[in-house]
Amino acid sequence: MEISIIALPLIASIISGFFGKIIGDRYSEIITSLLVTISAVFSGIVFYEVIQNQYEENIVIATWINSGTLDVNWSMKIDSLSAIMLVVVTSVSSLVHIYSIGYMSHDPHKPRFMAYLSLFTFAMLMLVTSDNFIQLFFGWEGVGLCSYFLIGFWFKKDTANAAAIKAFVVNRVGDFGFALGIFLIFYLFGTVNYSEVFEQIPTIIDKKLIFLGLELNAIDLICLLLFIGAMGKSAQIFLHTWLPDAMEGPTPVSALIHAATMVTAGVFLVVRCSPIFEYSELALNIITIVGMSTAFFAATVALVQTDIKKIIAYSTCSQLGYMFFATGVGAYNVAMFHLFTHAFFKALLFLGSGSVIHAFKDEQNINNMGGVWKKIPYTYTLMIIGTLALTGFPFLSGFYSKDAIIEFAYLKGNTVGYYAAGIGILTAFLTSIYSWRLMFKTFHGEYNNKAIKIEETHESPLVMLIPLILLAVGAIFAGVTFKELFIGYDGLNYFWQDSIFFLEPLSSDHPPFWFLILTPILVIISIPVAFYLFLKNKNLPKQIAEVNKPLYQFLINKWYFDELYDAVFVKSSKKFGLFLWKFFDLKIIDGFGPDGISSLIKKFSIKANKFQSGFIYQYAFIMLLGFSALLTFLIVQ
Amino acid sequence: MTEIGLGHYLTLGAVIFSIGVIGIFLNRKNIIVILMSIELILLAVNINLVSFSIYLGDLSGQVFTLFILTVAAAEAAIGLAIIVVYYRNTGTIRVEEIDKLKG
Repeated sequence: MEISIIALPLIASIISGFFGKIIGDRYSEIITSLLVTISAVFSGIVFYEVIQNQYEENIVIATWINSGTLDVNWSMKIDSLSAIMLVVVTSVSSLVHIYSIGYMSHDPHKPRFMAYLSLFTFAMLMLVTSDNFIQLFFGWEGVGLCSYFLIGFWFKKDTANAAAIKAFVVNRVGDFGFALGIFLIFYLFGTVNYSEVFEQIPTIIDKKLIFLGLELNAIDLICLLLFIGAMGKSAQIFLHTWLPDAMEGPTPVSALIHAATMVTAGVFLVVRCSPIFEYSELALNIITIVGMSTAFFAATVALVQTDIKKIIAYSTCSQLGYMFFATGVGAYNVAMFHLFTHAFFKALLFLGSGSVIHAFKDEQNINNMGGVWKKIPYTYTLMIIGTLALTGFPFLSGFYSKDAIIEFAYLKGNTVGYYAAGIGILTAFLTSIYSWRLMFKTFHGEYNNKAIKIEETHESPLVMLIPLILLAVGAIFAGVTFKELFIGYDGLNYFWQDSIFFLEPLSSDHPPFWFLILTPILVIISIPVAFYLFLKNKNLPKQIAEVNKPLYQFLINKWYFDELYDAVFVKSSKKFGLFLWKFFDLKIIDGFGPDGISSLIKKFSIKANKFQSGFIYQYAFIMLLGFSALLTFLIVQ
Repeated sequence: MTEIGLGHYLTLGAVIFSIGVIGIFLNRKNIIVILMSIELILLAVNINLVSFSIYLGDLSGQVFTLFILTVAAAEAAIGLAIIVVYYRNTGTIRVEEIDKLKG
C-alpha cells in the first residue's frame, strides 16, 4: 500500500501522457484523478497509522547507486514528517486534478496537462519520502522540471515561455548551492543517507573548512549551502523573482505547485535536516533574517499589485517567509504546522481566484472586476473563508499556525527572535490589508469590466466547486483539529518522535497576554480599515499613492529586483554570450574550422575547374607538356 | 655548297612537327586546320623515318612510311566525315565553340 502511494501517480502520468490520444480526453482526466485520489486515501490511512500507532518504516524499493562507499537506495521513508507531506501533497493534488477537469474544459491539450500534474505529484512524493539526499535531489529536480512544463503549458504565449525559463534558471542558482551542499556532505561523511549523516553530525562540530578563501565551520557551510537550495525552491528574497512570473501557468498549477506543495519543499528540506541545522547558530540566524525579510518584502509588494494571481503569489512568498523564520527560531514543528494549514487555504485562494478568472472569462486585473459577489455566491463565500484563514482570523487555521510562529519567535528570546516577532506582526497586518483589498476590489464596489456584461459572469461548475468546498473545510478546521498534535506538548513527545530534532527543548512558556491578542486584534481591525480604504473612500489610497510617489513606484516595481537582476546578471551574461557567439564561435572556431576548410576547398576547386575548359586543343597541349616532361626526365636520367 | 645530310632532314622534320603542334594549339578558328596540323605531324614523322631509312640503308623505314601514309589518308577521310556530321548537328565547326567537354 505504501509503495502504491508513489506508484499510482506515476502510472497515471504514463497512461495519460503516452496513451492520452488513444483513450481520449475524458478517460485521461478520470484515470489521473482517480489514481491520485486513491493515492490520497492511502496517504490518509498512513497518516492515521502514524498518529495512532507511531508507525515508522523505511521501505527500500530498490538499489539505485552502489559504487564504493556511495550507497543510494530508492526508498520510502515513512515517519511523521513525511506522513504530513504525503497527506498535503496527495490531497491537494487530487483536488487540483478534479478541479482541472472543469477549469481546463476548453483546453485542447487536456491529457498532457493531466499527465504533467500526475508526474509532478510523483516527483514531489519521491522528494518527501526519500531517505537520502540523492533521491531528495531527484525529486527536487523532478518537481522543478514539472514546474517548468506547467508554467510553460500554454506554449504559444511568449510570456509563459519566458516565465518558464526564468523559473528554471533561477532555480538552477539555488540548486547549485544545494548540490554543493550534498557534495560536501558526501565528502565529509562518505554517505548521503539521512540516518547515517545525522548520527555523525556531532562528531564534526569543530571541523573547519576553507571555502572561497574563508575559513568556515563545516556545519555552517553545509547548512548555508542547503539553505541556498531551499531559498531557490521556496522563492525566498533574492531568489524569489521567478514565483510571481510563474503565475503565467494555468491557475490549478499555481494552486498545486506554486502555493501548496513544491514551494514548500525548501521548508521541508530545512525541517528534515533539523539535526544538522540545530548545530549551526549562524545558519539559523540567517534563515530567520531571510525569512522575515521575505515575509515583509512580499507583503509590501502585494499591497499595490493589480493582478489577482500575482497578489496571491506574493502572499505565498510572504507566508513561506513565515515558515522559514519559524524554522530559523528552531520551531520546526510550527513551521510544518503552518505549511500544513497554508497548503489548504492557499490552494483554496488560488482555486477560488481561478474560479473568479473563469467567471470573468480570463480577466486577471482586479481593477476590472467588482460588484459580482451576488452573481458568484459560492466562489465568494469560499474566497472569504480562504482570506479569513490566510489573515489569521481567530479560530480559522491560519490563526493557530501563524500566531504560533510569532509567539515562538518571541519566546526565542534573542534579538533576532524579537525582531522577527515584530516583523511577523507587522506582516500579518499587511497581509490582512492586501487580502481584503483583493476581496473588496474583486467582489464589491461597482462592476468595472467593459469586456463582458455582468449578466454574462457565471458561477463555476460543480466539478470546480467541490474541491473548493473540501479545501475550505480544511482551511477552517485544519488548525483547530491538528493544533495539539503539531505544536502541543503531547505532539512533541508522541507524534514527532525522531523526525525532527531539537538541541534544546522548545520553550514551553507563554508570551504575555497583550502579545497574544495583539495579532488577532490587528487582523480584525484591518478589515474595516481595508473596507474604508478600498470601498468607501477610494480616493484616499490614490492620494496616498500620489503623495508617496517614489515609494509607490518602488513597490509597484517589486522593489526593482527584476530591473536590478536584468542590469547585473542578464545583460552582462547576454553580452558575454553574444561575444562568445559572434567572436569566439563564428570567427575563431568556425573561421578556422568547418567554414575555413570549406572555403579553402571551394577556392581550390574553382581554380581546378578552370582546367576543364572543354577545348580539346588545350587538353592535347597539356598531354604534350606532360609527355615532354616525362621524356625529358627519362632522358636526363 | 654544303651537302644535304641527315641533320638537315631531321631539322626539317622537327620544324614541320613543331609547326603541326603549334598549329593545333594556337588555332582558334577552324577545326579543319587541326586536321591539317595532325597531317603535318604525321608527315614530319614520315620524313624522319625516310631519312633514317636512307641513312641506315634499311628499307623497312620506307615501308613503314607507306603504311603511315595510307593510314593517314584513311584517318583524314574519317576526320573529315566526323567534321561534316558535327557541322550538320551543331551548325558550327569553330574551335572556340566546341567545348562540350566542359564540366
